[in-house]
Amino acid sequence: MTLLGSSPPRPDGAAKVDGTLRYANDLPAQGIWHGATLRSPYPHARIRRLLWHPERAPAGAVCVTAGDLPGPNGVQLLDDEWPLLAANFVHHVGEPVAVVAASTRLAARQALKAIEVDYEPLEPTLDLSTAGRQEPLYSLELKSGEAEQELERAHLLVEGTYRTGHQEHIYIECQVMSAGWEADGTLVVEGSMQCPYFVHRSLVHALPLESDKVVVRATPVGGGFGGKEDFPSVIALHAALLARACGHPVRIAYDRHEDIVGTTKRHPSMVTHRVGVDAEGRLQAMEIDVVLDGGAYRTLSPVVLSRAVLHAAGPYRCPNVHIRGRVLRTNTPPNGAFRGFGAPQVQFAMERQMDRIGRRLGFDPLEIRLRNVLEEGDRLPTGQQMDESCSARLCLEKAVQETDFKERWQRLETQRIARGDGDSAHGIGLSLYFHGAGFTGNGERVLQSVIEGALLEDGRVEVRTAAVEMGQGCDTVFPLMAAEASGLLPADVVLAAPDTSRVPDSGPSVASRTSMVVGSEVAYVVREIRDRVLAWWSDHQKDGSGYTVEGGLVRGENGKGRPFREVSSRYFEAMEPLVISRQHEPPEWQVFDEETYQGVAYPTYAFGADVVEVEVDPDTLEVSPTKVTAVCEVGRVLHEKLCIGQVEGGTLQAVAWGLMEEVKLEAGRYLNDRLATYIIPTIRDSPEMEVHLLERPWKGGAFGAKGVGELPMDGGAPAAVSAVENATGIEVDAIPATPERLLALSSARRWVPSEPKDPQGDRGAKR
Amino acid sequence: MKAFAPRSLEETLLRLGEHPDLRPLAGCTDLMVSEPEDRLDLPGVLDLQRVSELRGFRWRGETLEIGAVTAFSEIRDSPDVRQSFPALAEAASKIGGWQIQNRASLGGNMANASPAGDSLPVLLVLDAQIVLVGPEGKRTVPYRDFHVGYRQTALGPGEIIGWVQLPRPPQGATQFFRKVGTREAQAISKVVVALLASVSDDLITEYRLAAGSVAEIPLRLTEVEEAMVGRAAKADVADLAGHLAAHAVRPIDDVRSTAEYRRFALAQVVRRMTLQLVS
Ligand SMILES: Cc1cc2nc3c(=O)[nH]c(=O)nc-3n(C[C@H](O)[C@H](O)[C@H](O)COP(=O)(O)OP(=O)(O)OC[C@H]3O[C@@H](n4cnc5c(N)ncnc54)[C@H](O)[C@@H]3O)c2cc1C
Repeated sequence: MTLLGSSPPRPDGAAKVDGTLRYANDLPAQGIWHGATLRSPYPHARIRRLLWHPERAPAGAVCVTAGDLPGPNGVQLLDDEWPLLAANFVHHVGEPVAVVAASTRLAARQALKAIEVDYEPLEPTLDLSTAGRQEPLYSLELKSGEAEQELERAHLLVEGTYRTGHQEHIYIECQVMSAGWEADGTLVVEGSMQCPYFVHRSLVHALPLESDKVVVRATPVGGGFGGKEDFPSVIALHAALLARACGHPVRIAYDRHEDIVGTTKRHPSMVTHRVGVDAEGRLQAMEIDVVLDGGAYRTLSPVVLSRAVLHAAGPYRCPNVHIRGRVLRTNTPPNGAFRGFGAPQVQFAMERQMDRIGRRLGFDPLEIRLRNVLEEGDRLPTGQQMDESCSARLCLEKAVQETDFKERWQRLETQRIARGDGDSAHGIGLSLYFHGAGFTGNGERVLQSVIEGALLEDGRVEVRTAAVEMGQGCDTVFPLMAAEASGLLPADVVLAAPDTSRVPDSGPSVASRTSMVVGSEVAYVVREIRDRVLAWWSDHQKDGSGYTVEGGLVRGENGKGRPFREVSSRYFEAMEPLVISRQHEPPEWQVFDEETYQGVAYPTYAFGADVVEVEVDPDTLEVSPTKVTAVCEVGRVLHEKLCIGQVEGGTLQAVAWGLMEEVKLEAGRYLNDRLATYIIPTIRDSPEMEVHLLERPWKGGAFGAKGVGELPMDGGAPAAVSAVENATGIEVDAIPATPERLLALSSARRWVPSEPKDPQGDRGAKR
Repeated sequence: MKAFAPRSLEETLLRLGEHPDLRPLAGCTDLMVSEPEDRLDLPGVLDLQRVSELRGFRWRGETLEIGAVTAFSEIRDSPDVRQSFPALAEAASKIGGWQIQNRASLGGNMANASPAGDSLPVLLVLDAQIVLVGPEGKRTVPYRDFHVGYRQTALGPGEIIGWVQLPRPPQGATQFFRKVGTREAQAISKVVVALLASVSDDLITEYRLAAGSVAEIPLRLTEVEEAMVGRAAKADVADLAGHLAAHAVRPIDDVRSTAEYRRFALAQVVRRMTLQLVS
């Protein structure tokens, strides 16, 4: 019997449900001081003067400003351009200008009032149209064939500009970090984060410290979605600086309001397509211009842009492609990592563009996609050739077969025109998408992830990785993968807590890489330990070799089974400590040229197709998604329930990004910086979901699994908007497709009440 | 901070007499989401939830009296309300979600005086009266006169809302309620509309229309009402009603919606209700 693909309960499940699990802000706060942050009210200003008046603050309160830093004023991510605290200038509303600590949360908030700042407001750059005049934060280019020339020769040229907005992560647990200094000068930081070694690196860089003087522990994480990839480094630095200043451990816990105001979001985008097709609707040439709004600082934007450029042409075949990408700087809060990492933005544009091309040529959304779908043997614009695990057509066909898409889309097109007054409008929409698995380009090679396994005294195997359980399920899946590979029981495997003093750097928990990359090495080290134990056991048995492990039992040629743990604990007693350390090596054929953007950007791709059905209120243009059918091909399903959970959650997040989630800005300030006004779906807004998981294993490892965390974020928005178009005839190029936007776009305004003429004459004649 | 939890109306009035600046509280669903600093600055609180006189339903002749601390879940489920004031039951069922309905009170909705309060347009079209009580005594005011400006009410110092009185609606009148929110549940209204109207002998004989989130206070749209009463009950009056409604209001652009959309949605909803009335 295979364990993989079954759905054993998650080990962290019960404590999450009954509330006994301790998150970062639930940990004992005895003796802890509390931090608070003073933020810029201006999108762009010079700081003329910054004064701390301790006499006006609660007793003992401390304040740290850019002038007090012991090292470089930069948060080390790809580079250290992002300041910890603003020095001389502020570049966005909400930018930290100073941090304070006091003995209670309330006293810390009061201490903020003891800081006097004199700003000289400067002209801000607030939107992408004006930001383009400045030097971009980062730019990229990807070319194959002769797009410019071929565009001119094409039968039909179709153009479109597509926009997407910010998205806020709304993890349930807001950002929390505590920091304390031990007597020997060691800094210990613990809190909610996806990437302990990212936080570690930024502390070592800015404080500056020897790397063995910094210990970072990830507490159980209540959701991340990328939002705890970059920002925890900032808040960890603030807490560490305050702890040093006041001589107490310091905790900074953002409430929801501050979390929305102060942390990174999904990059808004503007993507322009110029696409040439032949009379049969086949893509001949594409020119795509991708612009991302980076906000005030670079953060992780270059790698977000890289993924965006690499996904911009979608899972389609086209011989001539030219993609240009830029991240522009604006005086808005910096944007960063968010599930999908640039791919949802560009695939929204690509999918809308496919629908548009279809309409121009008279093909329905299915037909235009079938004529261009990427297949085995086809090449991406990077030159990478698709192998047998390319499943775009499979997903598309499954999705339409499950939903009777073609028939229904056509029927609803006709009904739209014939609909009576007061009938709700129904629509159905389709999207096809893909997602490169793991780190982009040579990322995995650069990372040199290390995974460790060690035999414990009780005979279990401890696996040491820096992977963080944030709801996605790695603590459930790692033991399953290890058991599948080794014949041990999942319970024979224990996972070390992600603590940089105890686990090696197995890389960040991002990019859908945790099961695929870290998980496969977990399986490797556990199998390796089993082999060593078995070899030793065989040597010490009279009948010699021939021992195997299955179902947690060690068996000889014809002997009866004996628990592995019993054997391995004897090994532990008799032998030297057994520790296996393994460095991940990407397949040697995964070579990518960062200069030309040619080569293998991702070792494999997961594919998906969504069909979204909507109902539009005939009076108010309110859109309700009623059903989503999501087909995801993920290589290999490791845990069925968790995998379906990823697809459902990601799809809902995507549909909501397409229909309702909207960060509204005024003069660079977020207007809806609370859960009462930043609207995410409740269960009542959630469509019925039907998920179909398909498997076309890739050959590189992880039992064929390709990564599933981000894939479902790519398809929901374009499919939902396509359904709205099918229902209403309104062509939506920008999301979210709120009723306000639909109203602004429905030029015919055929639902607006008629002119102010009195149908029954004047009042005197009314009887 | 002082905190009192009186068990009777008498005790309540005594406390208010001693400390007229006590902040009354009921379900706290508005109070507890305000800024922490604002809550901490309160001189004291007076919990009305245990005052039995202020909770529940009683008929006094042809008038239903509802205690101010009565929760929306009680209103939603009350057979009396469902039977005689279905628009109020409907509004109660659309406030927040179940958790909020279990705590949030009718009196809190009125006293909080948000222009978006969902029960408020319904109370307006039901011609509600409210009984205000305080150390000085009791007075009854028409609910239409309760909201005097943006988030300002007719409540005097030390005064609380005691009861709401709803006269039984005219025979044969139909009630309509529609909330256009930011989502299906836990949503604040972009526009909320209530209509109570009657048709007899093919004429519109009664037409009371009110809307929320379209001006600084919840409004009775008297211009529309006057234009509708006496008209022939034909489908074409619906367009006129919608149009007049859109012109009778002063909506704004804010974080939840736009002025343009609010006018549009109001017009559409009024049109639809009127169509249903006359068809
Ligand atoms: C998640 C959420 C969703 C919500 N959704 C909606 C919604 O859909 N529609 C809607 O209309 N509202 C909504 N609200 C707002 C709120 O629930 C309502 O306004 C509710 O009716 C307030 O009642 P309460 O008893 O909780 O008032 P409280 O918070 O206890 O009090 C509110 C105010 O009224 C005063 N007050 C209370 N009772 C009296 C009295 N008897 N006399 C004088 N003053 C009094 C208090 O001093 C305070 O100023 C929502 C709130 C939340 C938190």
